[in-house]
Amino acid sequence: MQFSILTDYFGTYMEGFRGTVLSSLLALVGSFLLGTLIAVFRISAVRALRWFGTGYTEFIRNIPLLLVVYIFYYGPSAFGSSLDGFTAGTIGLAVYTSAFIAEAIRAGIAAVPKGQTEAARSSGLTYVQTMTHVVLPQAIKLVIPPLGNQFINLIKNSSVLTIVAGLDLMYFADIVNSDTFRTFDTYVFVALFYLVLTLPLSYGMRVWERRLQRKY
Amino acid sequence: MKKSWKLLSAMMIVMLLILAGCGNDSNNAGSNASAGESGSDGVATIKERGKLLVGVKYDTKLFGLKDPSSGNVEGFDIDISKAIAKHILGDENAIELKEVTSKTRIPMLNNGEIDMVVATMTITEERKKEVDFSDVYFQAGQSLLVKKGSPIKGIDDITKDSTVLGSKGSTSVKNIKEKVPGVTVLEFDNYQDAFNALKTGKGDALTTDDAILYGMAAQDPNYEVVGEPFTDEPYGIAVQKGNSAVVKAINDTLAELKSSGEYDKIYEKWIGKAPAK
Repeated sequence: MQFSILTDYFGTYMEGFRGTVLSSLLALVGSFLLGTLIAVFRISAVRALRWFGTGYTEFIRNIPLLLVVYIFYYGPSAFGSSLDGFTAGTIGLAVYTSAFIAEAIRAGIAAVPKGQTEAARSSGLTYVQTMTHVVLPQAIKLVIPPLGNQFINLIKNSSVLTIVAGLDLMYFADIVNSDTFRTFDTYVFVALFYLVLTLPLSYGMRVWERRLQRKY
Repeated sequence: MKKSWKLLSAMMIVMLLILAGCGNDSNNAGSNASAGESGSDGVATIKERGKLLVGVKYDTKLFGLKDPSSGNVEGFDIDISKAIAKHILGDENAIELKEVTSKTRIPMLNNGEIDMVVATMTITEERKKEVDFSDVYFQAGQSLLVKKGSPIKGIDDITKDSTVLGSKGSTSVKNIKEKVPGVTVLEFDNYQDAFNALKTGKGDALTTDDAILYGMAAQDPNYEVVGEPFTDEPYGIAVQKGNSAVVKAINDTLAELKSSGEYDKIYEKWIGKAPAK
């Protein structure tokens, strides 16, 4: 194990680490917003929206992430525009993850017993009031664990950026590897950088989950 | 609950250290094994197996390209590999080709998955620390590929505002960064991805050895190689460090090919002109 790789190439690793953090944060926010919107579509009373939501989720989550990223990287040139690797990779990541998030949120809402809605509506609450005061507060507890998993997956999946020269941690690790020829050592350090991101997130999700449970 | 987290973290650190330890051991084992194979053993191992395992490119026109319709891998590197197989085993078909990329070829060689790398690999001082090289079997030089009509006519037109595309782990990306400090370089896993990126406007020029660029230009006439080569890229065949018997067998083969005129024939067959003397 050559620890000198970590010290010699620390700047290179950090450049990639910054890329991974930035891409993950943007994709995290993007996928959450998009995923929530799609989940709302899926439980909507309007049939067209429901169909669109279902179609979107099933299409995106049943094709490989790499393909989604390729679509955004090579696709725009057909229309005369172009996205760089980082942008295309981050958008692809957000779109891909949003399908899983939509599914997690929809499942959480569906798991709240129907009687809750019926009781709320008969007490005179509107549909929106029922959602915000009765259904969603119960659903969120059920949604947090799968949501946490998706966010951890998202960070790990961001390594797909390397394929489109997205300047992430894995991209720079490949360069370190080609410089040092110490493949194993190089990527063990990469694992450490990913753990620095994912372990606290995993822990944070657990704390949040516990805090919400305490409330009821 | 808190305790279990501490325990989990501790377990992970221990696991990583074990992993790290394994890496060290296997690396040592690898280099010991290769050192033990020095002398005539490297050739003996190949003869015992009855088959030569060669790492070649599958994505590089003219040198090593897999024909999608026939499934055959063809090119200059493959013809040279066959000649080596004929020299060592007496049969040019006693050969198994494995795909390598610039990124995977040295790890695969040192893992013992292949006997040698014949994959447009430039001989460099840095690489010599990791592997042993044969004599030069092809003399290439780095150049630029651009879309026809591009304002870039040579290396002098590349400025620090240009974006240059290349392949991960290749010497050409290091060279261009040295020639033009501050230039943006995007590195891809293989030349096909880099060429696709050039076609979809992700950069101004693609840089690598002219031999490979001519292959790309032959594939798509909208692209051309511009300027004179600006580096010397002597290609060598790489073997595991200390494997001198195999290096000798390769050098003997190359010398035979050159004296018999067979080398010139192979060269002309793929590159389309006679080698410069």
